[in-house]
Amino acid sequence: MSIDTRPVTRPARPLNRTRPAGAARRRRWGNPLAGLGSLVWLVLVIVPLYTLVSSSLMHQDEALNGDPLAFPTNPTLENYRTVLDSGFFTMLSNTAIVAVATTAIVLVLSIPVAYVAVRTRSRLSGLAFRTFLLGVAIPAQAVIVPLYLLISKMGLYDSLPAIILPTAAFAMPVAVLILSGTMRDVSEEMYEAMALDGASPLRMLWQLAIPMSKAGISTVAIYTALQAWNGFLFPLILTQSEENRVLTLGLFNFMSQFGVNIPAILAAIVLSVVPIFAVYLVARKALVNGLMGVGGK
Amino acid sequence: MSHVSSSPKVRGGRKAAVGNVGRPPVAWALPGILFFALFAIVPLAIAVYLSFCHWDGLNSPTSAGTANWTRLFKDPEFRQAAWLSLLLTTISWVFQTPVALLLGVWAAGRQRSRAVLSAIFFVPLLLSTTAIAMLFHALLDPNFGVIKEIGPWFGIDPNIMGSSTGALLTVAFVGGWQFMPFHTLIYQGGTRQIPQVLYQAAEIDGAGMFRQFFHITLPQLRNTITTSSVLMIVGSLTYFDTVLIMTKGGPGTDTTILPYLMYRTGFQTYDLGYAAAIATALVVVATAISLILVRFSGFGNMRSTREGM
Repeated sequence: MSIDTRPVTRPARPLNRTRPAGAARRRRWGNPLAGLGSLVWLVLVIVPLYTLVSSSLMHQDEALNGDPLAFPTNPTLENYRTVLDSGFFTMLSNTAIVAVATTAIVLVLSIPVAYVAVRTRSRLSGLAFRTFLLGVAIPAQAVIVPLYLLISKMGLYDSLPAIILPTAAFAMPVAVLILSGTMRDVSEEMYEAMALDGASPLRMLWQLAIPMSKAGISTVAIYTALQAWNGFLFPLILTQSEENRVLTLGLFNFMSQFGVNIPAILAAIVLSVVPIFAVYLVARKALVNGLMGVGGK
Repeated sequence: MSHVSSSPKVRGGRKAAVGNVGRPPVAWALPGILFFALFAIVPLAIAVYLSFCHWDGLNSPTSAGTANWTRLFKDPEFRQAAWLSLLLTTISWVFQTPVALLLGVWAAGRQRSRAVLSAIFFVPLLLSTTAIAMLFHALLDPNFGVIKEIGPWFGIDPNIMGSSTGALLTVAFVGGWQFMPFHTLIYQGGTRQIPQVLYQAAEIDGAGMFRQFFHITLPQLRNTITTSSVLMIVGSLTYFDTVLIMTKGGPGTDTTILPYLMYRTGFQTYDLGYAAAIATALVVVATAISLILVRFSGFGNMRSTREGM
């Protein structure tokens, strides 16, 4: 596995390569304090993950009576079969549909909002931008009662759109914020040059603003997809039937379904991570840089 | 076109000659605005309306006047939930910010070992809140979990989830375990954007590593700290999934934070009018906190920390 955390979009820093005294000295400061702290954190991260995987391979009586830190004496995949036989693939495809659809809606709707917010000076667009800014603070939990009412009245209760639409709406504020942040960095002169060439606003969006905002767009896509993938409250309140069950809700149901069959519960958790872990292995750089971008500049 | 990319920050120097040529119509933003309004702003308005109603979720809502609000201000359960939310948010912030800041600044270094550790630190972020809450629910089971082995080493009672302080601290820890990688990343990104020149200048002036950290790194990360804090605070006001799965608001009502109280009131006792009042209060608190943070930091206008350099 090649490891390189250098962000693709950051300006090159030749100074870093030559490691002048300043940089070298700065590097040293972290070693005793933060270095020790990072090792402590490493243990805190590794132990739960190790137990997760090792116990999921145990037979039930070994997991319940044995030492949970020990390696499984007689590893089994039986727990995984139990989970896979409990409608896991339906949940997986539902979750994938929710994540993809949510991300698509958010991108299609947020890009024009951010573009207008950055490129026009009207009061209206300023007001809209500030509304989205405040929207960051609206907790999804707070509107769950009225959303339940709204979704029922629209006849969408217990369907995948019931999850997708509100999830997309609540991902929009952060999306608009990030996108307008990156679009603002596209220089005015470039727009002017295109305007002199007689380009329409649509062409400027398509050939200038969007290509120049690739970093922001991938940040938004990754952040939104993760949010949709992990959403729990909307599925919990707005869906019911097994055919519309997403992974998070399915996991929650396994908890009561499997009872003290802890290895099966852990196997379900492992399986729920596998797809996204696969994405992490393949596109680690994009994922990490994307999320780093949420912090803005 | 290469000449145009030289000065990205000069917005003030816009040439009047070009004026409004090539500016997009505001109407382009309408679909997005309407969509957001329909699923976020309208529900918010309905929540406020419902807070003045009695509603069981089946029959039509009937007017309740200010009954829900009078009840809210007298309700000891609401007061406890508000206090617990505040407490949980504070504990989470105090726990996560320094750790994420230190880990992030540390991870900003480009050594291979740090890159490897960073890759491992990232993993919890791949698990959903539900999965993490269930994982720790299993790990902290006093009879079967790892806690029965490890707890005693550190003097932790294996039945930590049975005590009210223990349960609250656990929820805060689990939230931290999940979101630490995210905030670490934000700080890592922020640190890498600090110009090396600043450190070189400090070096020449003879500033040591601690002074460099407190006089360069921290001030330069000001905007990053605000961004991370807003996300952290608004996020931890709503540790709903974790509470529902790990504690069900217990022991007793000792981890019943506002969102969970609202959920219980709305979807278990079907008193949706009162639940809407609790929800409205939650929005007011979250918005107030964000407004304060945004006002004090200029998060909204995305001012650069490097202004004037």
